[in-house]
Amino acid sequence: MSTLTEGPPAPVPVRDRRVIKSRPTTSDRTFVAAARSAAVSTLVIMGLIGVFLAIGAWPAIKQQGFSFVTESQWLPEAGTFGISSLLWGTILVGLFALIVAVPVSFGAALFISEYAPRSIKKALVTIVDLMAAVPAVIYAIWALFFLQERLLSVAQWLSVHLSGLLPFLSVEVPDSPSSYTSSAFIAGVAVGFVVMPTMTSVMREVFSQAPTGEREGAIALGATRWGMIRSVVIPFGRAGIIGGIMLGLGRALGETIVVFAIISPMFEFTTHPLESGTNTIAAHIAIRYSESSGVALSGLLGAGLILFLFTLVINTFAGVVVSRSRSGAATEI
Amino acid sequence: MTTDTASDETRVDLDIDATTTIPQLTAGAPATLVAREVSAWFGNHQVLDNVDLTMAAGQVTALIGPSGCGKSTFLRILNRMHELVPGASLAGEILLDGQDIYDLDRRPIESRRRIGMVFQKANPFPTMSVHDNVLAGLRLTGRKTPGKNGAAELVERSLRSAGLWEEVKARLGTPGSSLSGGQQQRLCIARALAVRPDVLLMDEPCSALDPTSTRRVEETIRSIAGEVTVVIVTHNMQQAQRVSDNCAFFLAAEGQPGYIVEQGPTGELFENPRDERTSDYVNGRFG
Amino acid sequence: MTSTIDSGVAGPPPLKDDKLFADQDFRTSRRTSAAERPRVRTGGVSTELVTHVASAGLGALALVWLVYERLVPVTGTIGFWLVWYAVFIVMLAAVSATTLDRMAVTDRVVGALVTTAGMVMVSALAGIVVFTFVRGKGALSHSNFFHETMAYYGPDAGLDKGGIYAAMVGTFEMVAISMVISVPLGIATAVYLSEVRGRIARVVRVVVEAMTAVPTIVAGLFIYSMLIIELGQERSGFAASLALSVSMIPVVTTTAEVVLRLVPNGLREASLALGTTQWQTVRRVVLPTARPGLVTAVLLGVARIIGETSPVLLVAGSTNELNYDPFHGPQISLPLFVFTGMRQPLDVAISRAFGAGIVLLTLVVIFFALARIIGGRAPGHTSRRQQRRFARNARALTTTPGEQP
Repeated sequence: MSTLTEGPPAPVPVRDRRVIKSRPTTSDRTFVAAARSAAVSTLVIMGLIGVFLAIGAWPAIKQQGFSFVTESQWLPEAGTFGISSLLWGTILVGLFALIVAVPVSFGAALFISEYAPRSIKKALVTIVDLMAAVPAVIYAIWALFFLQERLLSVAQWLSVHLSGLLPFLSVEVPDSPSSYTSSAFIAGVAVGFVVMPTMTSVMREVFSQAPTGEREGAIALGATRWGMIRSVVIPFGRAGIIGGIMLGLGRALGETIVVFAIISPMFEFTTHPLESGTNTIAAHIAIRYSESSGVALSGLLGAGLILFLFTLVINTFAGVVVSRSRSGAATEI
Repeated sequence: MTTDTASDETRVDLDIDATTTIPQLTAGAPATLVAREVSAWFGNHQVLDNVDLTMAAGQVTALIGPSGCGKSTFLRILNRMHELVPGASLAGEILLDGQDIYDLDRRPIESRRRIGMVFQKANPFPTMSVHDNVLAGLRLTGRKTPGKNGAAELVERSLRSAGLWEEVKARLGTPGSSLSGGQQQRLCIARALAVRPDVLLMDEPCSALDPTSTRRVEETIRSIAGEVTVVIVTHNMQQAQRVSDNCAFFLAAEGQPGYIVEQGPTGELFENPRDERTSDYVNGRFG
Repeated sequence: MTSTIDSGVAGPPPLKDDKLFADQDFRTSRRTSAAERPRVRTGGVSTELVTHVASAGLGALALVWLVYERLVPVTGTIGFWLVWYAVFIVMLAAVSATTLDRMAVTDRVVGALVTTAGMVMVSALAGIVVFTFVRGKGALSHSNFFHETMAYYGPDAGLDKGGIYAAMVGTFEMVAISMVISVPLGIATAVYLSEVRGRIARVVRVVVEAMTAVPTIVAGLFIYSMLIIELGQERSGFAASLALSVSMIPVVTTTAEVVLRLVPNGLREASLALGTTQWQTVRRVVLPTARPGLVTAVLLGVARIIGETSPVLLVAGSTNELNYDPFHGPQISLPLFVFTGMRQPLDVAISRAFGAGIVLLTLVVIFFALARIIGGRAPGHTSRRQQRRFARNARALTTTPGEQP
């Protein structure tokens, strides 16, 4: 019992490391196998989607070659079709969605995390989350019957007063309100409302994690509330802001039903986003799938594949930005 | 879960009244735990070097030493909790009554059932009542719970051993997490005692407790010594003196693995340390 | 609302640690109420702020009113209020500058902008809900709306004929089948990620993350071309359920994994130290502790897919007939009913679409509220049912009865 071991280096040769292994019990083996097979089947589903889209898209891509991405018309029966105008429309709608959603989301996130009195903060968080849960088809019906009408005058004003300065805002018949319906602008604004709650909740989450110590440090130096936000909260949450925007953009690009409800499909490069007519990949698939077969369906699969890769890249980028940042380590998006 | 796989273990009914088996608990007897030439690593970082220590049956052995000297790692090696950390490995052997617990044919669960553990932070199961927490060790491992009377008796005995019975006997049905911090820790001791372990490991059980609760836990440790072998990690010199029969002093140089500087009966180690570093440490000159 | 655009000079430090605050409030209120001392006000709305905001607002209103027709010939109220808002912000800055320094003026203007953003969010939601209710309540007022189908009526039939029964049946069955597929798969995958942590855990996590990025239309197209075109299956509710599962699995998996990670590691160790197998620990300790969160994960998944339109549009077909069999023949769902209804140039059809929208919204809110109520608790929080069980056991166990905390 009272042996004395002297000094750090052991006189006895150090034993080899042991393998810490043991027979797992049958129940544990079954458990691990079951959990693993569930995980693997998730992998399989995703693999199937990717592989199936790629294989399905191959005939169209083989037939069209590079013009699949440069051709703007979609005339499969004539043998020429491509996604360039769809891609452009998708980007345009996504852009307008961002123009609307980013400032509002950023402000609302700041308001909820920094300005709102404690009594309503919780309610606001719930409202934003609830808004994210509202089905897109509800946004679609609201946009079609409420928002579109209200936006026509805004579009007209922009076109009439600013097209001299910014020619892309012009339309062919500026006096007729019907020139402005079903445009990329209106679809984009509607999609902006759909993605707003997603962006807001990511940003708010990150803002609310800004360390109390640093906030108090800034306040104690006599900073105003905005001063504190600018010097502590926003630098801390920068990655969350970018991540939230990217995530919202990913949603916006894939949004189908709102765009489908509003636009009138068109296969040209619209350089006048206020003018009626545009198209996006997602809406195009929804509109054309039932009348497509053979190489036309293959083309739709190709368009779907490209949309998928697009959103995948954007989401992955958002995930990396958020998780690499100081604030994002604990954030789930 | 896709499949229900409680195949080879006896299923236990969680409803108390349903099981009516007669208590068949093997009476635990304190066992001697011997660590032989134990070294430990996390990845390639060695944290313990060649530790030899005998923890005598029915006695309280205290592991003392400054932070980061490997005491807790050593304690976790004693009932195979060490291997739960990814990348952990060790050398040497731990003999429980002469049998190596790391033997390839022994399942960790068998060793852990004989060697109980109380953690630094009290961790009663929040979904179980005080009563069910005490019985958790039996229920979770699928062993037959004694019948209603047997269960009541076992719960009372375990809670009495842990010095908690008088405080909670009127609210055995409340959630374990509704007790105060000190009570929760004693509940965890009762939970560990209810399975009649041969050895009880305690990892700084009082570090999160107030002085009054600490005193109660120390009284508990003294009262269960003899029935069970106790190994306790503590930072508190006075506590080591108050509760332990034997003491082992761990030390680690910066970035180096920990080792035992000196070990022996507590009185001797504190009154007459043979090593200067021990003397410095027990007299509060460092650490 | 106006208090929130108060400048930081007089306002309370905007700490976000609610618990800390709650504690302080508790102590302060107890002490002061005992001593009946008046409290010092540290926050709230200063009279100055109210004056500034009100004068800027009214001034802007008056100005815009006056020059609106001449300077900005916009028709429509939206334009008017947009212009008013811009003028209001400028005037607020000007008025504030009479008493505050530059920093404080910026602070106040930012406060106003940010508050507006918050109000836009709230009013957008309120607007959508109110608009849907106003336009749809006509359809809802006829009870046939809930138990009849459109099988025997054209889209132009009056609101006292036909209804959404077939769509409700379809939605119910599609969601149920999706749950049967996604819940076990999602939770088991989450258990794999957080408890088993095997070699492929990293890959699985990345792939699940990528799965959330799959646009629903692509998921629908995938099922459409594989199941219907390649395998020659007919369009059915089941096919729609498969497409919906692609969206639901990642939601359930990611939420459940977060919830499982919230289970304190000490509980796992405590259980293992008692000599349990990993399966016993997961089954008896980890999953029960995480149960409320897991329920939330499932409900969030349901709330996500219940309103999905595009995958259903592609693979479920659409029918006016009532079809109870999800495996054969086309089915319709609530969101699809809304979508087809709103595209018809008939007021009654549109009213019915709004009516179905109300039902859909209500369902989403119910699932969402349930998820909130159940998931708002900390892991391991005892449910009411558990508390009743505790109480029952307590009565059976206690030697001195009657004492309940």
